[in-house]
Parts: sequence; structure tokens; C-alpha cells
Amino acid sequence: MSHEHVSNTKRIWFVFGLLSAVTIVEVILGIYKPHALEFNHFVGLNLLNWIFYILTIFKAYYIVWAFMHMEGEKSSLRWSVVSPVIFLVLYLLFILLTEGHYIYGVFKDSTIKWNF
Amino acid sequence: MGATVTTANNDEKTWGGGHEIQPLGSSYGKMMMWFFIVSDALTFSGFLGAYGFSRFKFIETWPLADEVFTHFPFMHGVPAPMYYVALMTFILIFSSVTMVLAVDAGHQLKKTKVAIYMFLTIIGGFIFVGSQAWEWKNFIKGEYGAVETVGGSLLQFVDKDGKRVALADFAVKLPEQREALTRSHSTWFMEEAESQPSFTVAEVQAGFKAHPEVLIRTEKLDANKKKTILTREDSEKHLATAKYVVEGANLIRNEYGNKLFADFFFFITGFHGFHVFSGVIINIIIFFNVLLGTYEKRRSYEMVEKVGLYWHFVDLVWVFVFTVFYLV
Repeated sequence: MSHEHVSNTKRIWFVFGLLSAVTIVEVILGIYKPHALEFNHFVGLNLLNWIFYILTIFKAYYIVWAFMHMEGEKSSLRWSVVSPVIFLVLYLLFILLTEGHYIYGVFKDSTIKWNF
Repeated sequence: MGATVTTANNDEKTWGGGHEIQPLGSSYGKMMMWFFIVSDALTFSGFLGAYGFSRFKFIETWPLADEVFTHFPFMHGVPAPMYYVALMTFILIFSSVTMVLAVDAGHQLKKTKVAIYMFLTIIGGFIFVGSQAWEWKNFIKGEYGAVETVGGSLLQFVDKDGKRVALADFAVKLPEQREALTRSHSTWFMEEAESQPSFTVAEVQAGFKAHPEVLIRTEKLDANKKKTILTREDSEKHLATAKYVVEGANLIRNEYGNKLFADFFFFITGFHGFHVFSGVIINIIIFFNVLLGTYEKRRSYEMVEKVGLYWHFVDLVWVFVFTVFYLV
């Protein structure tokens, strides 16, 4: 249960510092876009975008766990909230992005032109 | 509705089955807030997924975010990609911090502290919504202008060094008179939905002819992830097919590139802004309840915790919108 009645102020400020630092790193990378990261690909995504997505999930984890106090909830609540989201989002993204890429191929390789 | 009675002896946390029963170790209201958040998270995922779908579909012609969002208050004409949206992110994260401090003070039953932190959270929320309005204003107004071809693709103008040129810098004013179609000259459904652009296609074409240094940039990204700049001959050929002059952005066309780009921008940031706004309203209601001592009498600030969950969720969504729209 999440009712220990102890102050977590120190941890809150720590997480704020962490989230700010990650955001600053993201902005710096977004402005300078290091060539080595932007033009090297890993599993269909360039390294820069990998970093952005990993940092985003890192931030999301801290917001949910520290700010929304998921770490103080029972693991049954944790799983029943987090697992459907993760599963359904991955499923949705897999389908949409695969299909989007397929349609890109159709426009590219056929005589049909979308914009010209 | 045994679960929602609000008496002084803290029945708020009770489920219908009695005091001992607490599924998932959580109160009714808190658990339902969590499941609301789950469904809302899936809604946003659907939107962002649809954005990804359209972007993958037009991967070679999608607009570059750091060319679109370059404004910063009081820095007119200085391109400042990302700074403003980073500032907005900080504002939202900080208001999340004050919210969680309010929840923390609520655990210790410190009424004044809860009120102060709630107030700061509300201020942060208003600043964020205002910032978003400013961002929309710049997006709608546009900066350089462009033309759309009969085929639906967008042509932008650059000088010899590849720097963007605004329509007003080279287009000429032709003597012909153009008037916007107004209701007084037509039946009600024939009114022009958008105001007239500053120039006609003919004026842009004439100006282009008079300025041999101006070239056309297409939407297509080259191997270096920069937009392709055409030669002067190709530019002339492309401009001959121009059909509309596009200035700024609306739901039909925009000067940044793909039409869907502006549609998704308006829809997703608008839906998020709507969440922030309703969050602020809910926060204000709870803030007044705190001031009135409602939760003090209940000996429980759990309502603050519940709206806190919603507020953090809004912050969480922004983290993803920020990445997907501005970084990637």
C-alpha cells in the first residue's frame, strides 16, 4: 500500500533533475544531429532515433513509477495496468508501420503516382 | 453507490463489499482512474500510430520538423529549432513536480502546502496551454509561403545557397484586380472558406521569371536527408504546373509539405492541449475543495492523488508527442 506517510520530497527532486537532464540531452542531439548516429541504421531505424525512443521510454518509466507512484502499488495493479498497454501498443505499431511501409512500396514501384 | 459516498469518516476508499475488501490493493476511485488512463493511453497510441503510418507511407517527402518549428518569443527571424518546445516540456515536467509535491503534502495532511502546490500546478498548466496557442499561431501563419502543383505536391523557394526565400521577396504585383468571393456576391455556400493568399499563381510565376537566382525545392528528401533543390530549368518546368499559392497552414493544405502533416499536428497536439485544459479545470475544482477543507474533514487527500494521476498522464503523453513530432 502507498500510505506510509513519509515524505518523498528528496526523491521527487531527484527524478525532476533526471527528467530535465534527459530532455536536455534529447534537445542537444536533436539540434546537432551527429552524422555518425543519423546515418547508421540498426534494424531499420537510425541510431539517433533509437536513442530518442529509448530515452522517451526511460522518461515514461520514471513518470509512471515515481510521479504516479506505481512503485508503491501492488504488483497485481502494476501488471494489470502496464501489460495491456505495452502489448496492445506494440501490436498496433507493428501492424500500422508494416502496412504504411507496404503502401510506400506500392506507390514507389507502380505506375500510380500519388503526388507529382 | 457505496463506493462514492463522501462522508467525514473516510468511506471514500471503501468498495461495495465492505471495509476489508480491496481488489488490487487499491481504492475504487484510484483503480478506475488507472483504467481510464489505460484506455486514454491506447487512444493516444492510436493517433501516434496513425501518424507513423502516414509518415512511413510518405517517408521520402515528409516535412523536416526542425525547419517548421523554429520560432522563439522575442527572437524574430532567428531560427531557433526546438528551443521553444523544449521550454514547454520543462514547464509541463515542472508542473508535474509541483503536483506530486501536492500529493506528498496531502499524505501528511498539510492543507496549506497542498493548496500552494496545487496552485502552482494550475499556473504551470495555463502557461503550457498558452505556449501551445502561440505555437499554433506561428504554425497557422507560416513564414515563407509555397505553391502547390496540380498533382498535389508542394514547391518551396530557395536562393542559390539553398536558403529559403519568402514569396513576398520575389513575387510581383500584377495590375489585375482580385476580390475574395464574399457572401454578398454569392449564395451562402459559395463563400471562400479561406482568405485570399497575398499573391496569385501568375504573380509568383512572373516574379520567378524576373528573379533568375530563385530556385525551387521539392518535398523529396535526398540521401543526406535534405530537401532536393532543382536546377533553374527544372524549376521553371515545375512552376508551370502550379495551381495554388499556399501561405501558412490549415486543414486542407500547408506550406510545410505533406497535407497530412498539418492535419496530424493540429489533431494530436490539439487533443493533447484539450487534455491539458480539462486537467487544469479539474485541478481548479480540487484546489477549491482543498481550500474549503473538504479533504481536511475527510482526513484523506486521495482526490488530490487521483487528479494527480491524470495530470501526470498528460505529462506522459507530451513526452511521447515531443519525441514523435519534434525529435524523430
